[in-house]
Amino acid sequence: MTSLNDEFVIEASGIHKSFGELQILKGISLQVRRGEVVVLIGASGSGKTTFIRCINLLEDIQAGRIRVNGQAMGYRERPDGSLVRDTERNIARQRRDIGMVFQRFNLFPHMTALENIIEAPIQVLGVSRAAALEDARRLLGRVGLTDKADHYPAQLSGGQQQRVAIARALAMKPQAMLFDEPTSALDPETVGEVLQVMKELAEEGMTMVVVTHEMGFAREVADRVVVLDQGELIEQGPPEQIFSQPQHPRTRAFLSRVL
Amino acid sequence: MDFNWDIFWQYLLQPSDVYLYGLWLTCVISVSAMVLGCALGLAAALMRLSTNPLLQYPVRFYVWLMRGTPLLVQIVFLYTALAAGGIFRFEDIDLGWFILPGNIQAAIIALGLNEGAYMAEIIRAGIGAVDKGQYEASRSLGMTFGKLMRRIVLPQAFRVIVPPIGNEFNVMLKNTTLVSVIGVQELLLSTQMVTSATFRVFELYLVVAIYFLLLTTLWGFFQRWLEVRFSQSAPPASSRMFGRQAMKLLRGR
Ligand SMILES: Nc1ncnc2c1ncn2[C@@H]1O[C@H](COP(=O)(O)OP(=O)(O)OP(=O)(O)O)[C@@H](O)[C@H]1O
Ligand SMILES: [Mg+2]
Repeated sequence: MTSLNDEFVIEASGIHKSFGELQILKGISLQVRRGEVVVLIGASGSGKTTFIRCINLLEDIQAGRIRVNGQAMGYRERPDGSLVRDTERNIARQRRDIGMVFQRFNLFPHMTALENIIEAPIQVLGVSRAAALEDARRLLGRVGLTDKADHYPAQLSGGQQQRVAIARALAMKPQAMLFDEPTSALDPETVGEVLQVMKELAEEGMTMVVVTHEMGFAREVADRVVVLDQGELIEQGPPEQIFSQPQHPRTRAFLSRVL
Repeated sequence: MDFNWDIFWQYLLQPSDVYLYGLWLTCVISVSAMVLGCALGLAAALMRLSTNPLLQYPVRFYVWLMRGTPLLVQIVFLYTALAAGGIFRFEDIDLGWFILPGNIQAAIIALGLNEGAYMAEIIRAGIGAVDKGQYEASRSLGMTFGKLMRRIVLPQAFRVIVPPIGNEFNVMLKNTTLVSVIGVQELLLSTQMVTSATFRVFELYLVVAIYFLLLTTLWGFFQRWLEVRFSQSAPPASSRMFGRQAMKLLRGR
């Protein structure tokens, strides 16, 4: 019953991205199956952040195509096959399907944890306040922060803020979640609680693309590890393979530095 | 020294209707012009943030023009010069229960237009002080520009904008005296009218100065209350999010 479009939640092909003259992504293709957890690793500056921001159209791309749930992101296809940039409204609609968790949390500082979570469901999806609140409380419970509902972000630790941010993204009931180094701005003692939430999310079948330097997490949770280097995808495979028998010399060089 | 205490106390404590009318007009014009200025300033700030030059350049021109010419000249230009040139004349408008004179309309519009240019810069700086990550988080949640501005960015910008807006209103209260030149009978012109009848210039100008001090002081109390209120409803640390330097920059005028 699963068509091709159903099988892949995210399909990115031939993504090219430059900042001015500087080419950052040199034709990256990545397909992510429903329920799959893909971990992106690579040296600093290799383009990991840029790539997942492109999936979400937070960056314009110069060439390539992105499909989410079989739907072209950011571009409409004319009957003749040519692409036109989509309207802001449509792009906003497409972004609902992809949750994003940022390195620096980016919670709304003028709202409590609970308000942060209900904001988009009410404003964007038009969910009733009561339903949004019920859902938000459930999500807060899921990330273990029931008692912090009325705290402002500034009153929460980094790990707690990041868990609220994950709940906020989940409140949109996304098809996939993107994580950009969700633990690298955290104190070491709070890293574990965020990784635990992500692990549970993965076990529940969420489709995830995770940029991280937490190799332990990659090893344990990833279905597939993808290695980026200087804007190119140089190697991918199951974690055991990547970590024990890396094929590409630059993967080996990178892993020898971080492991 | 020629100073008549009786006159002084009389006008200070039992102001005549002319004075009270002037006081009322000063307040009405200030508030109306401020509201107009805020609306114009917000629109201009949003246009100025746009990458579209068709939106950006008219605003730059407007701000340049308003900040580069004296307010007094703008007032006279709008009301007197435009009419003299046969371009536009402010007519009295009959609102049924009262008639809004043309010069008061011109006063509000001139002060509001001028204020809009300053507000545009203040609001722009306030919006600019909001962390870029806030836009990205909002966008990734599927918000459109209007929603993210209204719900996320402006409320955060507002906290930075409130103190300078307070100062702008203080300036506005005092600037209303300028519209006396187009015959709007606010506090200053009321005083002039009374002095020309009584010849008690010293006493009456002292009274008008005290009136303005009273107005601006009352406003100052209200402003402080507003600022406290806004920093209270905010989470503890984030009210300091923009730092002293940014605040100074925003207040500067
Ligand atoms: N807005 C920008 N303008 C110009 N160059 C940029 C911009 N954003 C990123 N870059 C450049 O793009 C390259 C890739 O950056 P990116 O943040 O994607 O790397 P990364 O793999 O996420 O690195 P890290 O592990 O340090 O987070 C870097 O060389 C960076 O300097
Ligand atoms: Mg990065």
